[in-house]
Amino acid sequence: MDAQLPALVIVVPLLAALLVPLAGRRAAWGLVALALLLAFAGCVRLLVRAHALPEGEAIRYALGGWAAPVGIEYVVDRLNALVLTMLSGVAFLVALWMRRSTAREIRPPAVTGYYSVFLLMAAGLMGITITGDVFNLYVFLEIASITAYVLIAMGRRRQALYAGYSYLILGSLGATFILLGIGHLYMATGTLAMADIAAVFAREPQLYDSSVIRTAFAFFTVGLALKMALFPLHGWQPGAYAEAPSATSVFLAATATKVSAYALYRVAFTVFGVRFLETGLPVVRDALLVMACSAIVVGPLLAIRQHDLKRLLAYSSVGQIGYVVLGLALHNADGLTGSFLHFWNHAAAKGALFCVAGALAYRAGTTQVAALKGLGRRAPLTAMLLTVAACSMVGVPLTAGFLTKWYLARGALEAGQWAVIPVLLASSLFTAVYAWRLLQLAWFADEDGPVAEDVPWSMRAPSLVLGAACLVLGVAPLALPVAQAAAEALL
Amino acid sequence: MSGAVPLLGGLDLAGLGPGLPPLVCLLGLLGVVAARRRPNLREGVSLATAGVNFALVLWLYARHRAGETLAWEGFSLAPGLALSFRVDALGLVFALVASGLWILNTLYSIGYMRAHDEPRQTRFYACFALAIAAVMGAAFSANLFGLFAFYEVLSLCTYPLVIHAQTPAARAGARKYLTLLLGASIGLLLPGLFLVYHLAGTLDFAPGGLLAGVAAADGTLVLAFLLLVYGMAKCAALPLHGWLPAAMVAPTPVSALLHAVAVVKMGVFGVSRVVFHVFGPETMARIGADDLLVGVACFTIVVASLIALAQDDLKRRLAYSTVSQLSYVLLGVGLGTGAGAVGGLLHIGMHATSKITLFFGAGAIYLACHKTRVSELDGIGRRMPITLTAFAIGALSMIGLPPTAGFVSKLFLVRGAAADPAGAVVLAVLVASALLNAAYFLPILWRAFFRPLPAGTEAGVHEAPWPCVLALSLTALGTVGLFLGHGPLLDLARAVAHAAFGGAE
Repeated sequence: MDAQLPALVIVVPLLAALLVPLAGRRAAWGLVALALLLAFAGCVRLLVRAHALPEGEAIRYALGGWAAPVGIEYVVDRLNALVLTMLSGVAFLVALWMRRSTAREIRPPAVTGYYSVFLLMAAGLMGITITGDVFNLYVFLEIASITAYVLIAMGRRRQALYAGYSYLILGSLGATFILLGIGHLYMATGTLAMADIAAVFAREPQLYDSSVIRTAFAFFTVGLALKMALFPLHGWQPGAYAEAPSATSVFLAATATKVSAYALYRVAFTVFGVRFLETGLPVVRDALLVMACSAIVVGPLLAIRQHDLKRLLAYSSVGQIGYVVLGLALHNADGLTGSFLHFWNHAAAKGALFCVAGALAYRAGTTQVAALKGLGRRAPLTAMLLTVAACSMVGVPLTAGFLTKWYLARGALEAGQWAVIPVLLASSLFTAVYAWRLLQLAWFADEDGPVAEDVPWSMRAPSLVLGAACLVLGVAPLALPVAQAAAEALL
Repeated sequence: MSGAVPLLGGLDLAGLGPGLPPLVCLLGLLGVVAARRRPNLREGVSLATAGVNFALVLWLYARHRAGETLAWEGFSLAPGLALSFRVDALGLVFALVASGLWILNTLYSIGYMRAHDEPRQTRFYACFALAIAAVMGAAFSANLFGLFAFYEVLSLCTYPLVIHAQTPAARAGARKYLTLLLGASIGLLLPGLFLVYHLAGTLDFAPGGLLAGVAAADGTLVLAFLLLVYGMAKCAALPLHGWLPAAMVAPTPVSALLHAVAVVKMGVFGVSRVVFHVFGPETMARIGADDLLVGVACFTIVVASLIALAQDDLKRRLAYSTVSQLSYVLLGVGLGTGAGAVGGLLHIGMHATSKITLFFGAGAIYLACHKTRVSELDGIGRRMPITLTAFAIGALSMIGLPPTAGFVSKLFLVRGAAADPAGAVVLAVLVASALLNAAYFLPILWRAFFRPLPAGTEAGVHEAPWPCVLALSLTALGTVGLFLGHGPLLDLARAVAHAAFGGAE
């Protein structure tokens, strides 16, 4: 079974997604949780196996026994093992968390359908991450996107429909760009398997000068930038995060845009190759540097002005995706390490923060920032969670966020990009401003009302795991060797 | 390691050495939270933590004196980033002063908070415990990252203390407090850290300075120095001093914590670390950073004293006095002479003991008579004789008159300045400062003891609750005691100076 693991981590959630609508509501939830737990266990196992391999090798799995380039190949190396673990881990925690929340936010007849689509989206995101075939990547991207439109549009308010629709339009635009990129790539190289395309480039380096290839890369970059909501292409994202049901927001915010960022890394480093990045089209790297830096500054700046907690967190995500892309633009081991660390660090912090927003929606029926008033008295554990996650977003030392910033700053100094340092600092300061506003309300606002209860333990426990991760990843060097190995493997 | 005590099934607790005080304080934090529904137990835990912590620091001091090298690897976050701890003379100065006064501060807090029946006391004591944990961690940190991390923790965990009353005034003050401290540490200290690491490839403190022997342009090094010094806004060097008066809205025990024991001392301790163990005296002198520091310090001493003269609010006057006195420490470590360094480091302890007495006094006056302004203090010495006597001792120490602690450190500072070629300016500043201190402290004493009580006030002695009076009496005695015997402080300060400048003092 170990040999089939790369397929199983995708197939198990997919199959479960088919079974879930047949089951009753409780059994359906159990099935979701079980499927994702199995997927998580499988991903952890893959992570361990990928690290046991000698450097430069990967776990390769030919789907249906058809070897690449004819068939589709799943590839697990040190980079995507890290992303897969993050994805399946968060998906499992959200599955645990969402039972009470969806019971309150989704119409009862639609709940099992919601669970089913949720599993499909998880499977789609994991598929994007694991596949070694650019067209298959596109297929999974569509699965993940279409399910995401549905999961967003199921929000309680009518605006959710509009948010889902706007994501549908912009997301489809992004997907089209990616498809165009794939088409150009196929035109020039005659193959779709990533390893095979890379081999073609190695054989015929003059292809790097071909304008078809350059166009393909530009299409990929723009399409994926749209999907990951990289500033200034982030228009769809705040509405989508704010209007979606709480469980969708937690999962989307913690994982979805990062998967697109991962896809960009995969396409840039594995498909096009390091040499193309360095010599082929350096202007894209500069453009990404500028976009990432603008995102890092503008995201938190826009977040400061928001009155809705979920919208505020969404704008903060606009900034945070900048950290994930910055490593690509800096193009050295430390910068990449910082970005890869952020896959985990941000998933933990942003997941925890959206859990707080979900708890607010569950107890107060609103996600207005003002509803945080008195949280410290009503729900001290949830308020602690907010505190820890917010500190990690700011990058307070001893939290996970600090390590991201430390490595990105080192990468920037190494690359001679001194201007990135003030960008990182300004972003920390702006983040501190909105985080402080939230904490001020939660802990230091006078509120004499009766002490209400915290959310049920079935919601509290999974979110506290995410909060604990913000601390553990900041103090114990767990993620670091994984991120460093991934960075070294790419360069 | 000799003296190791295997406990808990082989876990070598004593081997944790300098890691023990912060860990014990964290345990105290947990105890406070666990006992949140039983105030007596909660306060008992706070006091016990303070006591055990002081005992541990004394134990570390004794072992350090015996010549042992005490270190704990701690844990490593990433290559170059570690929370590791080591005992050295400079760290012990800070740790001894803070942990010793901590006991009295806790005692005083209990009296003050109970007399006032303050709300949210569990949060208060929990943050207190976290604050001392951060101070202990910073004192024994073996690298700049640890110092930075604990510095930040201290900023964050004192914020709930400053905003404690949650009135609009408290909010405004606390906002300024955190904005300035956090802004400086993120905007200046953190890039300073990046820069030092980029230049040296390490953040571990080294006896001659971790930047010694690093090839870098003087301008870059000066930039790093300024980033680090001004990043540590807790040292309140002008113009980043505004947080200190703003934080006066806090309850008095917190003011004592901020001004005497922990926060400001964290700042000057941090700068001393930077001077001795990041740059080292030689590099300091080469790039001219020592003169820079002396200039900043002299400017701050004089200007802050002038501002203090104009304050009628007693606590604000004390706040500006703190701003001015802190720069004595900066001046001392910047002078670049052995005696100067001894004077500066001694002043950490001397100022702490005297200033805590003054703040305890101001708080006691407020508790017993609800007076906060200097102009309201007529005749109060007759109503609160113990408090005002203690206050007088603290004030004399600020001016630097015998028989008080302040005299000793200032004496060393004068000797240090005299040894400096450009010492005339510094000497003039020291004299001017003493006169200015006299000008804003003596009128308070004169009012309190020689003016009649306002008509209609009942006569008779009316002191604050006994824990407060006990605490301030002890600190006043300590202020005199430190004049008579400087205890381990002088040895430790001399050890630091000796390591930095060789035998001459």
